[in-house]
Amino acid sequence: MTTIYSAKKIITMNPVRPEATHVAVRDGRILGAGSLAELKGWGDYTLDERFADKVIMPGLVEGHSHAMEGTLWRYTYVGYFDRMDPNGKVWSGLDGIEGVLDRLKEADANMEDPDAPLPGWSLDPIYFNNERVTREDLDKVSTTRPVGVMHASGHILNVNSKALEMAGLLKTGLNNPGVPLGKDGLPTGELKGPDVMTPVGIHVGFDRDMLACDEQGLVDFAKLCVRSGVTTATDLAARLPDEAVEMMSRVTARENFPTRIVPLRFHHGVTPEELIAHVLELKKKTSDRLRLGMIKVVVDGSIQGFSARMRWPGYFNGAENGLWYISPEHLQQIINSSLEHNIHIHTHTNGDEATELVLDCMEEGLLQHPSRDHRFTLQHCQLADTAQFRRMNKLGMCVNLFANHHFYWGDEHYNLTVGPERAERMNACATALENDVPMAIHSDAPITPLGPLFTAWCAVNRLTASGRTQGEAEKIEVDEALYAITLGAAYTLKLDGEVGSIETGKRADFAILEDDPETVGGESLKDVGVWGTVQDGRVFPASEL
Amino acid sequence: MTQLIPMPLTVIGGYLGAGKTTLVNHLLRNANGRRLAILVNEFGELPIDADLIEADDGDVISLTGGCVCCSYGNDLMMALVDMAKMNPRPDHIILESSGVALPGAIAGSVSLLRDYVLDGILVLADAETVQERASDKYMADTILRQLQDANIVLLNKVDLIDDAAKPALNDWLQEKSGSASIIETRNSALPIEVALQSFEHDGNFLADRSTHSTSQFETKFFNLTNSVNVEVLANELAAASEIVRAKGFVSDEEGELKTLQLVGQRYDITKAPENVEAGLVVIGVKPLPNLSHTLTGI
Ligand SMILES: [Zn+2]
Repeated sequence: MTTIYSAKKIITMNPVRPEATHVAVRDGRILGAGSLAELKGWGDYTLDERFADKVIMPGLVEGHSHAMEGTLWRYTYVGYFDRMDPNGKVWSGLDGIEGVLDRLKEADANMEDPDAPLPGWSLDPIYFNNERVTREDLDKVSTTRPVGVMHASGHILNVNSKALEMAGLLKTGLNNPGVPLGKDGLPTGELKGPDVMTPVGIHVGFDRDMLACDEQGLVDFAKLCVRSGVTTATDLAARLPDEAVEMMSRVTARENFPTRIVPLRFHHGVTPEELIAHVLELKKKTSDRLRLGMIKVVVDGSIQGFSARMRWPGYFNGAENGLWYISPEHLQQIINSSLEHNIHIHTHTNGDEATELVLDCMEEGLLQHPSRDHRFTLQHCQLADTAQFRRMNKLGMCVNLFANHHFYWGDEHYNLTVGPERAERMNACATALENDVPMAIHSDAPITPLGPLFTAWCAVNRLTASGRTQGEAEKIEVDEALYAITLGAAYTLKLDGEVGSIETGKRADFAILEDDPETVGGESLKDVGVWGTVQDGRVFPASEL
Repeated sequence: MTQLIPMPLTVIGGYLGAGKTTLVNHLLRNANGRRLAILVNEFGELPIDADLIEADDGDVISLTGGCVCCSYGNDLMMALVDMAKMNPRPDHIILESSGVALPGAIAGSVSLLRDYVLDGILVLADAETVQERASDKYMADTILRQLQDANIVLLNKVDLIDDAAKPALNDWLQEKSGSASIIETRNSALPIEVALQSFEHDGNFLADRSTHSTSQFETKFFNLTNSVNVEVLANELAAASEIVRAKGFVSDEEGELKTLQLVGQRYDITKAPENVEAGLVVIGVKPLPNLSHTLTGI
């Protein structure tokens, strides 16, 4: 059974024939792309013209996202930017505390149980002239139920008095840098850092069930993928206990599940030996739409949380150096064992010192266990300098840069965290490509919204939210950005033989677009409309999710 | 909701290989009726000696004498919240932090949980390697911050270094750790009453009034009938590097009884419970300084 789709244009990412008008699909895979006359040679076919006025691209690949974004949408969105939920509703951005409170009040009014917690997410006071939300503000939403709002960065939680009271923190005499106090000596309701957030967060609905993606969350995440043209997405870091793997296997196997999910096993909480053993077990459970068997190692924290590990001269504002989340010995051990067992690792490094440590450990590991095609990938890797990109190249490493970060927090980095010069080199896409380091770019959803075309726009324009171009020299071309969100990302997952381009033998994974990203101009990439996707030959219109 | 008495919690920090796990096992062997709960980052490299284990059901390992061991993985705070629901509650929590964690930051977070009260921060330093680690390209500042956070530093594995090298190493540690008490150990063998607050919550701790000493440590009881400036007293005790711990009830200058609790250089002064008698127990490295002037002359 062959279906030939016609399109206004097919961008194949296959240099042999970069453009086509038709693509033939059989059994969920691509027979070929070309003209109708060429494709007729495959025999009987049905001509499907529903995409005749659309542009078809290879299904987009998000190399660093978290399926938790699907779960978060059950909570009240209070972000500064417009954002689309899994059902396609666009929630308007809120540009001040009043707006945030109004939306929370609306949510409060819709809740029946007066004691149930009210969680909100994606608050970003940077855009309200850094005016802080206080517990008194949130008390205007409710004094009977606990209310808590997570910041967009995920590093700060604001709560009301009720939530503090339930956690036993509505008292004077607290002495913790993560708990700022008001003039009355009581906490202001702002809680900074995961250790401080957790004991209060459990009372406002940010409990552990939320942080692990559940069944509904996974289904909702997949809807967001369809809406952004994504057919393969990572769930970058989960503990992957048996129940979670069973759930994910079951859900992704459904006939109408539209996304290939690639979950990575988080290194924390188990010894290196246990980690390797678990991942070898996971590898056996891999399936077509659930690709298991990779590891994510978190090496340091975040730049805006001042927990990233920085080389000299450190943070621009003089903050103390950040935190290691793994010892060099354990990192080395995990890298060595993974090379030995042919397990694929992605490492989270934000600061350049953390990146340097990974490079050192890779150099050592490869001496002991030479590997011709390991594709170990540095995730975020936001502050790498040119010398580090040269080392990545020599060590056969890939990089997945956080292009979106530039837009959302670029001004903050320029003014506060790393200062002007390093802010301009952050997420150095052009340097990566110049040094032949295989490169992807990412959203880290839910930290920033899932949307590879938006991410491509960020990498091409390097605009900050205030409208400044930051790092002219690190801009990349549109074709380079489109490659990064398809084959580039697929390569970092060792899936480039299956997805990422439209050519004979590969999966019939397409992003169906309303506009042509090759001709709209770099400044309009983010506005390219997404009709939906085709995944393994199955058609998923966004309008029918 | 009745508020239970907070559980004392001791943080054990220090880099990989310094002897944290050995110390935990040593304390378990010498628990002497105390029901200890051990929290470890991960169940790796067999954190508990096999003969101490009674049952292992995955997340919680039951140990002899009513002790337990749990791993907290990437979510320490959640593990602590869960542990507070245990019934019966443990007598003391020992939190073994990961080799790269900053024990002071952990203690700061623990202080936000009403179910716990920080007993002290014990940081182990491997006598053979601590100075080398403290100049490591990647780990130097982490090692130094761990030492800074300590109330008690265990200079462990001293049997593996030259006696002649000890004074300089001690001086260096003293400088890096502020005024923490520094105790030399082999195989992490630290008496439990030095490692953990071993006084009763209800004020009956003074029942054992005997003054005694082991090979390295000395415990002294002081009968304090006079009024003193408690703050000044606490400062003097904190400044004496031989004194590792002190606890007692002291009458302040207004004649009001205060609880004084000291670990290394850190102390707390709070209102004393009802119906307790004045007195002070001091534990330290032999020979303890003559405190009679301090305790009576202020
Ligand atoms: Zn991430």
